[in-house]
Amino acid sequence: MTRKQTRLRWRALALLLVSALVLAACGDDGSEGGDGDLTSSDDPITVLIGSSGDAETNAVKEAVAAWSAESGVQAEVLVATDLGQELAQGFASGEPADLFYMSPDQLVGFAANGSVKAYGKYLDNKDDFYEALVNNFTVDGEFYCAPKDFSTLALIINDAMWEEAGLTADDYPTTWEELTDVARKVTTDDHVGLAFGAEWQRIGVFMAEAGGALVENGNAVANSDANVQALQYVKDALNEGIFAYAADIDAGWGGDAFGKQVAAMVIEGNWITGFMRNDHPDISYTVVELPAGPAGKGTLQYTNCWGMAADSPNQQAALDLVEYLTSAEQMLKFAEAFGPMPAVKSAADQWKQANPSMVAFLDGAEYAQWQPVVAGIGDVIGDFNAQLGQLKTADPKAILDQVQSNLEAILSE
Amino acid sequence: MSDRTGSKACRAGSSGIRRGEAVAGWVFTAPVVIILGVFLLIPVVMALWVSFSDWGGRGSPLSGRVNFVGFDNYTDLLFESGLGARDFGTAIKNNFWYVVLVVPLQTALSLFLAVLVNNAVLKGRGFFRTAFYFPSVTSSVAITVLWLFLFTGSGVINQILAWFGVHGPNWFNDPTGVGHALLANLGIEQGPEFLTSHGFLNVSWWDWLSGPSMAMTALILMAVFTTSGTMMLLFLAGLQNVGHDVHEAAMIDGATAWQRFWKVTLPLLRPTLFTVITLGLIGCWQVFDQIYTGTAGDPAKTTLTPAYLSYSRAFRQQEWGQGAAMAFILFFIIVIFTAFQRWLLRERTPKQPKEKRKPAAEGAR
Repeated sequence: MTRKQTRLRWRALALLLVSALVLAACGDDGSEGGDGDLTSSDDPITVLIGSSGDAETNAVKEAVAAWSAESGVQAEVLVATDLGQELAQGFASGEPADLFYMSPDQLVGFAANGSVKAYGKYLDNKDDFYEALVNNFTVDGEFYCAPKDFSTLALIINDAMWEEAGLTADDYPTTWEELTDVARKVTTDDHVGLAFGAEWQRIGVFMAEAGGALVENGNAVANSDANVQALQYVKDALNEGIFAYAADIDAGWGGDAFGKQVAAMVIEGNWITGFMRNDHPDISYTVVELPAGPAGKGTLQYTNCWGMAADSPNQQAALDLVEYLTSAEQMLKFAEAFGPMPAVKSAADQWKQANPSMVAFLDGAEYAQWQPVVAGIGDVIGDFNAQLGQLKTADPKAILDQVQSNLEAILSE
Repeated sequence: MSDRTGSKACRAGSSGIRRGEAVAGWVFTAPVVIILGVFLLIPVVMALWVSFSDWGGRGSPLSGRVNFVGFDNYTDLLFESGLGARDFGTAIKNNFWYVVLVVPLQTALSLFLAVLVNNAVLKGRGFFRTAFYFPSVTSSVAITVLWLFLFTGSGVINQILAWFGVHGPNWFNDPTGVGHALLANLGIEQGPEFLTSHGFLNVSWWDWLSGPSMAMTALILMAVFTTSGTMMLLFLAGLQNVGHDVHEAAMIDGATAWQRFWKVTLPLLRPTLFTVITLGLIGCWQVFDQIYTGTAGDPAKTTLTPAYLSYSRAFRQQEWGQGAAMAFILFFIIVIFTAFQRWLLRERTPKQPKEKRKPAAEGAR
């Protein structure tokens, strides 16, 4: 190597070091006090949402603009195309959006790296939220963020197919036996009785109805007898051909199967009502509570919250905005605009009056289970779902044993 | 070769009258050096650092809150037995079969197509060249969507298979491994003890033998379909640099067309072949868009690939260290595979006509 080459190398290395230091300096200025107080400044508020469509976008924009006019704080709503990725980029840059949609799944990871602020205890209306929803956003005993709305799963029935099979409103199933029975009756060559996705997010309702769960009091209980019984029930019905996975009947998800009329019943949440209204307005259907299993009623609930960035310079104003957005009045407006149910108890009666055909969804809130809030749960459920695809031929106990060992591993961490 | 001697000559003359040229040279190259540094070198070095750190995704990875954790992220992936390590092993297995099938298939097909459209007597050569190249210029997202559509359970592919009495699988929802399916045809349903109880990267040898799933097979067909056009173009450039005189000489020596292809054309295409296989290996190990837009690893994780897993580990689970570590493990795998094929394609005969080799190599670029 010549001397000149060596010198060049040193220069390149020096350049690299300098740029690294510059980058490091840029990244460091975002540090905050960390004593739990909210920051306050004149900075405008940025709200990042993952929207289901124009209806949702416009409703949120309108609400935020109204708050902005009232409070005098500038605020802007941005719509993310890939929310998870854009949030991660924001946190890494040190200049994240102040408020954003966040799922319980994401909360675990973002809480672990300190990106989100636990502001639940500062909310004036914190006692108005359903307790189950608050638990969805509680990590290590801290209530992180305000639930923005929620959905539960229910049984959606195609009225025409129901009548065709000679069934009436008296025949809506209330037990597993009745569900098997009616599924058998409505199954024809063209459609199956009941369809759902091959995932815990749907099949989990049977586990709940049998008295099972994934985690109870911080302990993994995935391979309980109740869960085995639930999977066995689903497996038998799948093999009989009266239940089917959506993918096996060429549908992307339950709603798709229902819209294509290849299933007489599906297990879906509130979101299916918007989908049916937009894509299949001519199909008439009825929403009823899911049938009870050996241990009673059971369903699963899904929710998102208004996450607040730890690095936000104006958390005080953001908190004010969250309180505005989660007021009963505002939540009812959102529910009317794009579907999901208000997350506060004080809005329940009014919502039921406005949506008599969807009462079953809200009734489910009383006994709904939810995805355990623990780091790594996404992977464990992903692995569970991968195996549920083979439920027809697999041994339920063996599947659940693996889920159990995966759960134990993440719970002990 | 000739390049290096050229620059040496330049350096010898860098004193005296040509002194100012070095400065001018640096000024002219500065934009590229800076752009490469900022957008390539620094990100790569930072990613390397992240793979050795406990950075969680908040603030700069170079801030004081981030700690050096040594090889923890790497050992977690390679030597642990948890779910994370198992997923990584599965992803490597899936991608291994993808590479092993796509690279030879696309190389053979593209060479075949190149020879076809290089044929002087072929009518409408321009049309065919464009037609074969078309899939390569179409967005991979668009083609993935098309593929998902073609390969549904009641899709076009299965309807065509039905004409021949074949009951096609529900492609993108069928996790059955092709290898296991073949073994099952031979009556082997369960793996023997010594295969199921031992394994590599948390995947038992029996599972390694499963081969690509039906879903992955559909993706393999798609990769061959989309990339062959580009590779064909490279081969075409190589073929056009093979002088007509060589063929003439071979003909005079009495070689048949078949012999001329194997003994004359193919050896002269060696540099192009190297380029094509290397590009193929890199592209195949980094397969991402099809998975991201198409299957997201489903069914039963049989289309999970390291590149996609790296992305989801980082962006979805906030395990940035492991995500970066995966990227570097992938880098080493690619280097090893490339070195291996370089060794495989090495020149075994000491002397080759030099003036023929160079233009071919240039064509390959």
